[in-house]
Amino acid sequence: MARSHSVSLLDPAILLPAVGASFRKLDPRAMVKNPVMFVVEVVALLTTVLFVRDLITSGTGLSASGGSLGFSFQIILWLWFTVLFANFAEAVAEGRGKAQAESLRRTRTETVAKLLTGEGDAFRTVPGTSLKVGDVVLVEAGDIIPSDGEVVEGVASVNEAAITGESAPVIRESGGDRSAVTGGTTVVSDHLKVRITAAAGATFLDRMIALVEGAERQKTPNEIALNILLAGMTLIFIFATASIPSFAYYAGGSISVVVLVALFVTLIPTTIGALLSAIGIAGMDRLVRFNVLAMSGRAVEAAGDVDTLLLDKTGTITLGNRQASAFHPVRGVSEQDLADAAQLASLADETPEGRSIVVLAKEKYAIRGRDMASLNAHFVPFTAQTRMSGVDVDGSSVRKGAVDAILTYVQAGASTVTASGAVQNVRTLVSQESIREINAIAEEIAKSGGTPLAVARDGRLLGVIHLKDIVKGGIRERFAELRRMGIRTVMITGDNALTAAAIAAEAGVDDFLAQATPEAKLRLIRDEQAKGKLVAMCGDGTNDAPALAQADVGVAMNTGTVAAREAGNMVDLDSDPTKLIEIVEIGKALLMTRGSLTTFSIANDVAKYFAIIPAMFVAFYPQLGTLNVMALHSPQSAILSAIIFNALIIIALIPLALKGVAFRPIGAAALLKRNLLIYGLGGILVPFVGIKAIDLAVTALHLV
Amino acid sequence: MTSNGLIQIALFCLVVLVLTRPLGGYMTRVFAGERTFLSPVLKPVETLVFRLGGVDASREQHWLTYTIAMLLFHAGGFLLLYALMRVQDLLPFNPQGMAAVAPDLAFNTAISFITNTNWQNYGGESTMGYLVQMLGLTHQNFLSAATGIVLGMALIRGFSRASAQTVGNFWVDITRCTLYVLLPICVVFTLFLVWQGIPQTLGPYVDAATLDGGKQTLALGPVASQVAIKMLGTNGGGFFNANAAHPFENPTALSNFLQMVSIFALGAALTNVFGRMVGNEKQGWAILGAMGVLFVAGVAVTYWAEAAGTPALNALGLSGGNMEGKELRFGIVASALFAVITTAASCGAVNAMHDSFTALGGMIPLINMELGEIIVGGVGAGLYGMLLFVVITMFVAGLMVGRTPEYVGKKIEAKEVKMAMLAILILPLMMLGWTAVATVLPSAVASIANPGPHGFSEILYAFTSATANNGSAFGGLTGNTFFYNLTLASSMFVGRFLMIVPAMALAGALAAKKTVPASAGTFPTTGGLFVGLLVGVILIVGGLTFFPALSLGPIVEHLAAAAGQSFGAGG
Repeated sequence: MARSHSVSLLDPAILLPAVGASFRKLDPRAMVKNPVMFVVEVVALLTTVLFVRDLITSGTGLSASGGSLGFSFQIILWLWFTVLFANFAEAVAEGRGKAQAESLRRTRTETVAKLLTGEGDAFRTVPGTSLKVGDVVLVEAGDIIPSDGEVVEGVASVNEAAITGESAPVIRESGGDRSAVTGGTTVVSDHLKVRITAAAGATFLDRMIALVEGAERQKTPNEIALNILLAGMTLIFIFATASIPSFAYYAGGSISVVVLVALFVTLIPTTIGALLSAIGIAGMDRLVRFNVLAMSGRAVEAAGDVDTLLLDKTGTITLGNRQASAFHPVRGVSEQDLADAAQLASLADETPEGRSIVVLAKEKYAIRGRDMASLNAHFVPFTAQTRMSGVDVDGSSVRKGAVDAILTYVQAGASTVTASGAVQNVRTLVSQESIREINAIAEEIAKSGGTPLAVARDGRLLGVIHLKDIVKGGIRERFAELRRMGIRTVMITGDNALTAAAIAAEAGVDDFLAQATPEAKLRLIRDEQAKGKLVAMCGDGTNDAPALAQADVGVAMNTGTVAAREAGNMVDLDSDPTKLIEIVEIGKALLMTRGSLTTFSIANDVAKYFAIIPAMFVAFYPQLGTLNVMALHSPQSAILSAIIFNALIIIALIPLALKGVAFRPIGAAALLKRNLLIYGLGGILVPFVGIKAIDLAVTALHLV
Repeated sequence: MTSNGLIQIALFCLVVLVLTRPLGGYMTRVFAGERTFLSPVLKPVETLVFRLGGVDASREQHWLTYTIAMLLFHAGGFLLLYALMRVQDLLPFNPQGMAAVAPDLAFNTAISFITNTNWQNYGGESTMGYLVQMLGLTHQNFLSAATGIVLGMALIRGFSRASAQTVGNFWVDITRCTLYVLLPICVVFTLFLVWQGIPQTLGPYVDAATLDGGKQTLALGPVASQVAIKMLGTNGGGFFNANAAHPFENPTALSNFLQMVSIFALGAALTNVFGRMVGNEKQGWAILGAMGVLFVAGVAVTYWAEAAGTPALNALGLSGGNMEGKELRFGIVASALFAVITTAASCGAVNAMHDSFTALGGMIPLINMELGEIIVGGVGAGLYGMLLFVVITMFVAGLMVGRTPEYVGKKIEAKEVKMAMLAILILPLMMLGWTAVATVLPSAVASIANPGPHGFSEILYAFTSATANNGSAFGGLTGNTFFYNLTLASSMFVGRFLMIVPAMALAGALAAKKTVPASAGTFPTTGGLFVGLLVGVILIVGGLTFFPALSLGPIVEHLAAAAGQSFGAGG
């Protein structure tokens, strides 16, 4: 969905409706949620009423409080523009979400459901919207799954393109971690029985539409705090401007309302006030385009604050599969022999590990893969009981498997148990010495983070295959980046401590949790949180659900179980656990954008004071003309230029608000220095240049 | 500007810096209830006070209980002081037979002293008997100062504690502060001042024959003891009308120097207490650094403006700067430095006439107070005022590192921002609000001595000084009128207590939070970048609000003077 529909900023399909929406948003009931812009609307309305009164009462072109009506008209016009531009920014941000919601809504067509009546496979057809939680429905090839649910029976391939944008079908089956199905996706082959877990209107798709549309948008904690700050500053500037008429009266002058309002509006933080909600919407939108759905803005913000990342080893830190990297024979066996036996044992093994053994033997020892059928070999598959696999060929049997399993196998196979129960050595193929040797090699491999697989032929130990976890390329650098961001990474793995330590060292994570159980994970999260830290993790299994719920940012994989998806506060549609790192960066970018534009907005005030204060007072204190450092043409052009700048800067910053200030993993101090230079110092300097330029234009066009 | 002047300024800064750490260490121990070198003498006294007051020193209070205790304590202090003044003609230790103080003046004065402002709409030697001076005024000088310090401590505890419900015990803190910090230093300082020539007597005023055969009455009294606490506790209320310009309040260059040091000593030390208690002294130095930048800039402007004089003076051939309204024994640098110190801190003692400073020289004291006296500031009050600005600064700029803003491990969220904004809002409301009222009331305008911008500055200065709890007067304004007595009292009251309540709520909210450990992603708050940022936010958020008012007062006056113009009579 998202990536294929990524929408350009200048797309007329978004801009045109946004213009209309800017006017609709003038409704005071909507405006009041944004205190700064609401105040601007109120004063714009007030000055408009005064203007109309002046227009009616005086035919001279002079307003009651002096100054020309033409000038007042222009100021009032720009006051309204300021409000409209703010609305426009919000509308554009929402527009992008609306476009995405529209494409999602098209997939949410009317469905019919085959509701099972409880007797075998008998069903009756009902509308999809009438399904209740707990109903069990049958979905067959070609059917659209009517609502979210859990597979209770069957295996099927499902096309989830409607949700993920990924057209390759995925397997959904009962039990295990791939049992969740989403309403709106299509079964491509086979059939499923699905127990419905979401009522109509509350499905994943419905929630997704609401989220990208921004309908459920609530202010996030930082946004609320920022609004309080902005409202407080607005109050301060009310005091500052409301006291001016008295001061002017004392000095023997007077100030017109429209000029006071102009000063007030330019001083209050309209720039950030106008862009605040657009920034928040755009932040969510960036995640959506990244195929991650955040269930609340709070979660996105929390992502920026994360202190500790819990990452699953498999799939995130290492490639999903271990690969054979070496053959270690016992004394008296050549590497060639061991490789040959290992390859033979793996020929029928279709697991990635098995294939990697065949490939290694071929590449390193030029042993070509043989055809099982022509060898007349019999494949012995892996079972949870034997924990080994192999082939029987020409009366000889080759086995490979976990070291202890193979040892048990050779000892059992090589000895007969007497009636008294004493073990009697019949053959001397398995010496205590070779067992010690095998164990020594296995321990060596385990210590280096690898997995040892022992190989035996006809009850004789040949040696050990070294299976290695392959750490993903570039992951070490990513962790170094995270460390510079102040984020601690913890690797979660089911491996033993020895193996975990070796991989942790190779990948460069800060810590690891070995032999992790769901309880241990939960405990780790609670411990970190007790230290005041925020924890992010991702998971897919039902046993991950408690930890996902406990974590401050819990990213559930879309392929995961219903329980996991319910527990997390984000869902990754691509089911890529590596994304956790990018999610953190998106959260940080959101917070940074707010901070940078707030700083910029407040820093702007310096220049505005220097434009308006001399213009306001110069009539009765000509000496204050000295403060007109920008050498603006006239008092009126100065005030008009300041208010025009104040409005135009909103439009100019919309792209930045939507795109976000890019996060760089260079450490807080360096990042602060950089942003302070751009948005702090820039915020002080830019309006001096901008107001001067507008003043030149205003003067050249004879607007005043 | 002379090298002698610059050396004096540098020496002052150096002495304050040297004192900061040892004093900070001592105060940290005192407020933690740990043993100090004075404990053998003072511990029994402390125990006795707690037993008499029924205080359980081990029981701490919730921020609200703490605040209510403080408010009740001040209500009592107000009533006592007001009553003392109203009936002083009936009380002993009144050798000059001073009459009872008028109700509105007594009201104004009582508010003034309980709020650590010490705005004086009266002349001490012609209004107050010795009993009122000692039992009423000096007494409140101790307690209002101690209150500022303990509130600062409560906020420090808010930052330094994690997941705590309490912020200390008001009764314990105020007892320890008075007993271990203020009293011992004042005893030593008083002895020093007496040696320098300040009177300390309960005897009546004496008559002296002047050289030309006339008779002059020399006002005396228990002066030294009150001067010591007025400086150390940043109270500023003079025993005499002329305050620290009076030879019996500030006789020598040395007494002047040490009085200046004592204004800053405790306020600076509290930044160190803060650093120690949050576990990193550098945090304290960074705050003192920001204060220092603003202070040195202010001193530079005032000293330069006073040393340069005005074109009008220079035209008359009066070279060597502006000596109008300054004492010869202090000269330009010690007067300029004193003026900046007394307004940077919330002291308000003056050793020169601020009204007679050049426009720019007089603007700096005004700005110092408008910023909320956070440059070292009133004892305790300066620190909590500064920390409010830190909260705002961290929130504005802290987001720029991509995290919810944190300061010393405390997340700055909606509640903290709300409380900090509430406390900061109070200042412009009272300062600008009452000035706006006064400038349009003919009766209020009649109180000013000079027309035009200078008169405007006089009014603005009065309300600024009162709201900021400074207490220094620009001079020129006749403040003892019904209007000013009441409006200034309301400014003092609101400026003190309406700022304290949100600050205490902030302390409570912070104490209840967890402390987030610092990491590489944390906004660093110990370096120059933070100091610069804090100074920037203080100037833009706190200072620019007053730009319109300043333009119509000192700025236009300066520009006019530079052009050789003046606004009517006086000046």
